[in-house]
Amino acid sequence: MRSYLIAASIAIASVAAALAVGAIMLLALGANPIDGYKTMFTAAFGSADGLASTAVKAIPLMLVGVGICIAFRANVINIGGEGQMVVGGLLATSVALALPNAPAVVLLPLILCAGIIGGAFWGSIPGALKAHYNVSEILSTIMLNIVAVQLMNFLLRGPLIDPGEIERGTRIPQTARLPEAADLPMLSETLNLHSGILIAIAAAIGAWVLLWRTGLGFRLRSVGLNPAAARYAGIPVKRNIIIAMTLSGAMSGLAGAILVFGSESHRMVTDGSTMGFTGSAGFNGIVVALFGALHPLWTIPSSFLFGGMLVGANSLQRVAQVPSALIIALNGLIVVFVVSTEWHRKRLQNQVQTQASQKNENEQSASDHGNAKS
Amino acid sequence: MNSVSASIQSDRQPMLEMRGITKRFPGVIANDNVSFDVLPGEVHTLLGENGAGKSTLMKILYGLYQPDEGDVLINGEKVSLQSPSDAIDHRIGMIHQHFMLVSSLTVAENVALGLSSTRGPITDLKQVAKKIKSLSDRYGLHVDPDAYIWQLAVGERQRVEIIKALYRDVQLLVLDEPTAVLTPQEVDDFFVILREMTSDGRGLIFISHKMNEVMELSDRISVLRLGRLVGTTTPQETTREALAQMMVGREVDNTREERPATIGRTALSINRLSVGGDRGVDALIDFSLDVQQGEIVGLAGVSGNGQRELAEAISGLRPIKSGSISLFHDGNPKPIGGLGPKAVREAGLSFVPEERMRDGAIGEFSVADNMVLHNHHSTRFSRGGFLNFGEIHRHSQKLVDDFQVKTPSIDTPAKNLSGGNIQKMIIARELDSDPEVLIAAQPTRGVDIGAAEYIHARLVAARNAGTAILVISEDLDEVMLLADRIAVICQGRMMGVVDRIDASREQLGLMMAGVTD
Ligand SMILES: Nc1ncnc2c1ncn2[C@@H]1O[C@H](COP(=O)(O)OP(=O)(O)OP(=O)(O)O)[C@@H](O)[C@H]1O
Ligand SMILES: [Mg+2]
Repeated sequence: MRSYLIAASIAIASVAAALAVGAIMLLALGANPIDGYKTMFTAAFGSADGLASTAVKAIPLMLVGVGICIAFRANVINIGGEGQMVVGGLLATSVALALPNAPAVVLLPLILCAGIIGGAFWGSIPGALKAHYNVSEILSTIMLNIVAVQLMNFLLRGPLIDPGEIERGTRIPQTARLPEAADLPMLSETLNLHSGILIAIAAAIGAWVLLWRTGLGFRLRSVGLNPAAARYAGIPVKRNIIIAMTLSGAMSGLAGAILVFGSESHRMVTDGSTMGFTGSAGFNGIVVALFGALHPLWTIPSSFLFGGMLVGANSLQRVAQVPSALIIALNGLIVVFVVSTEWHRKRLQNQVQTQASQKNENEQSASDHGNAKS
Repeated sequence: MNSVSASIQSDRQPMLEMRGITKRFPGVIANDNVSFDVLPGEVHTLLGENGAGKSTLMKILYGLYQPDEGDVLINGEKVSLQSPSDAIDHRIGMIHQHFMLVSSLTVAENVALGLSSTRGPITDLKQVAKKIKSLSDRYGLHVDPDAYIWQLAVGERQRVEIIKALYRDVQLLVLDEPTAVLTPQEVDDFFVILREMTSDGRGLIFISHKMNEVMELSDRISVLRLGRLVGTTTPQETTREALAQMMVGREVDNTREERPATIGRTALSINRLSVGGDRGVDALIDFSLDVQQGEIVGLAGVSGNGQRELAEAISGLRPIKSGSISLFHDGNPKPIGGLGPKAVREAGLSFVPEERMRDGAIGEFSVADNMVLHNHHSTRFSRGGFLNFGEIHRHSQKLVDDFQVKTPSIDTPAKNLSGGNIQKMIIARELDSDPEVLIAAQPTRGVDIGAAEYIHARLVAARNAGTAILVISEDLDEVMLLADRIAVICQGRMMGVVDRIDASREQLGLMMAGVTD
């Protein structure tokens, strides 16, 4: 419990530090930092509408972040969230386009599964390469991101393109309006918030259950912590590395599908880059996971914070005329502070432990020693 | 402190003094107001049960832990040791119980790591290798500077650690159970090295669970129990029995109750096995050995002669080149060579790996989790893919109680246990599954005499219950104590098998050296 408190206070401290540096940058840009931050905060968290947009931004971050947590526990680093989102989105889109008349009860589960499968497949490739040929997953996932963009550009310019774009001759690389039966149900009549947020939170809880309550999670964590001992105990190391990457990819793929079917245009669109589709959630999810101490449940609040920053950044840009790149810089600063305080956290933890043991040293250690001796 | 040590102290100034050291961990006082000193040129031994706090005290000296109370003085001056580099600056060296070598680097690279005084910013590895070679020759350490650490057996890694300290010319060297991995002959050679080091005025702190070595090597002996200093004495003033009693607080009897083996059918058969090694040469050549139900076969040999590769081949971790390894079910052989550890375990084999921290346990996992590492998926501990924590806890608590694993709780991370207690945890796990065949590599390495007695008793009990046991040990005393038959391995070849009744130390020693008559 104490260690969570420490983790939380460190997290808050690193945000504060990042905001302080950001304030200096705002000043340099000629804006009043207090007003600026107030604008950001109100936009993101100050109203029901703001909260809804924050939540929508948080969905892909949360899902990708949860996937990062799973991979990290097995000691694999998934930098391929972008590509996995794209492939998940593409597969889900293709399914929806292929079944224009299916009812929602059939289509919704199908598209979500398609997203999961697409991302899982894209994640399993670097997993298998790492497990069998010892190829660094950091390189292979990044390369697969590039392959995914090309695949998306090809499909959205060709096979999947909206026939209307060809008729009109505009040839914008986007699909037609996807079947309405596949629209993610809205959670409220007034707010612009769809049910993807529930799926993402369920996925985070599910990942926690998986990692700490199931045999599979036990194996993933053991492989991540000590592959030699896991192997000795009969736990197949290679298989679990592949499983970890597959599950991680599945989360990103699901994020991709939700991004398409929860979008306001209800189309899949490309501007030629992954970012145009993902909004960089495949990378920012890594930041979210790190900030959430690579724990799936902490990823939930963490993704809301970063979702809020994205929303706040937009309004800051509008109100104070500062470049939204500032927010990218803030994201980066938070990572730097989180990572650099990691060692500090460990030290604090040790101190707390020592103090705790000091308090009840008399009764406790006396009885421990007594027991052990008997 | 008794009068003898006090009189020595008045002659010379101690090079190290630790005063009133206290260190607490959650639920444990690892060191409780311990005072300890070392004079130049002396070997001061720290003795104590597993978990008595020896390694903790030494880690404080090496800057790895900060004491909660107390001072450290070097040559009479109070020093602050915040990290190992502070310790190294004060010419303190340490050979850890669990080696601290980077296995993907060569010997020379490991020695060069963290050296500041090699010419300029770029370390001249050739120069380092040359000096290693000369140190190695001078002290008879037989270390090849260009070998990779991962290729080395534990005994060889140990000698690399010694080279590292010699290279840095440390004045005060801590040896945390250095002989645990050496054969008796190697220990003799090793002691020659150590004596040479003390004759130049270096001080040594020696930690060992082996009484005969302690009596032979020490100038002074301090005994820790439950974190407290029980007393300091000299080998002349005391006896092994008295030391054991000081350590444990009761009498220890590590002789084996004689009970003839009731030998059953062959349970494990290794037939003309050849296995590749990590250094290009075959590690096992045409090696054959049978182990029957209800007997303990001891495999004796000098470290690095193929024992590790044999254990890995049997446990399915290392591919075999030719020959076969079979387990028997009702007289029918089931070849297990190259099947992988999972299938081998399912076929009824258990193993206690040589390197407990690397292969035997997951340090960050709790004791409870480590107890079910190999069978967490069994119907007992897992339902529909979900772990049954109630049952896992019950089971682990029972094993911890049965095997007297000393831990604050079963939720404690395994890495926080003392070395000997981690070993007890692994033995408990492996014996519990009632294996048909058990391979135990160095089962009591680093385990205190009380616990060793206990582990031996458990192994004998398993043998009496019909388990076929292969004990691979570099400790000849242990082999002679435990085994019904003793096999000797040298350079990957089977030198022969003798019944324990007929075996003599001299004959085994010759066989271990590769001499056949
Ligand atoms: N980092 C740690 N965190 C918590 N407890 C620890 C830690 N290190 C050691 N301990 C506890 O402190 C006590 C002393 O451990 P230590 O390793 O010093 O024993 P030892 O005398 O070296 O035993 P062994 O002979 O088995 O190596 C043990 O009860 C151990 O569980
Ligand atoms: Mg120790």
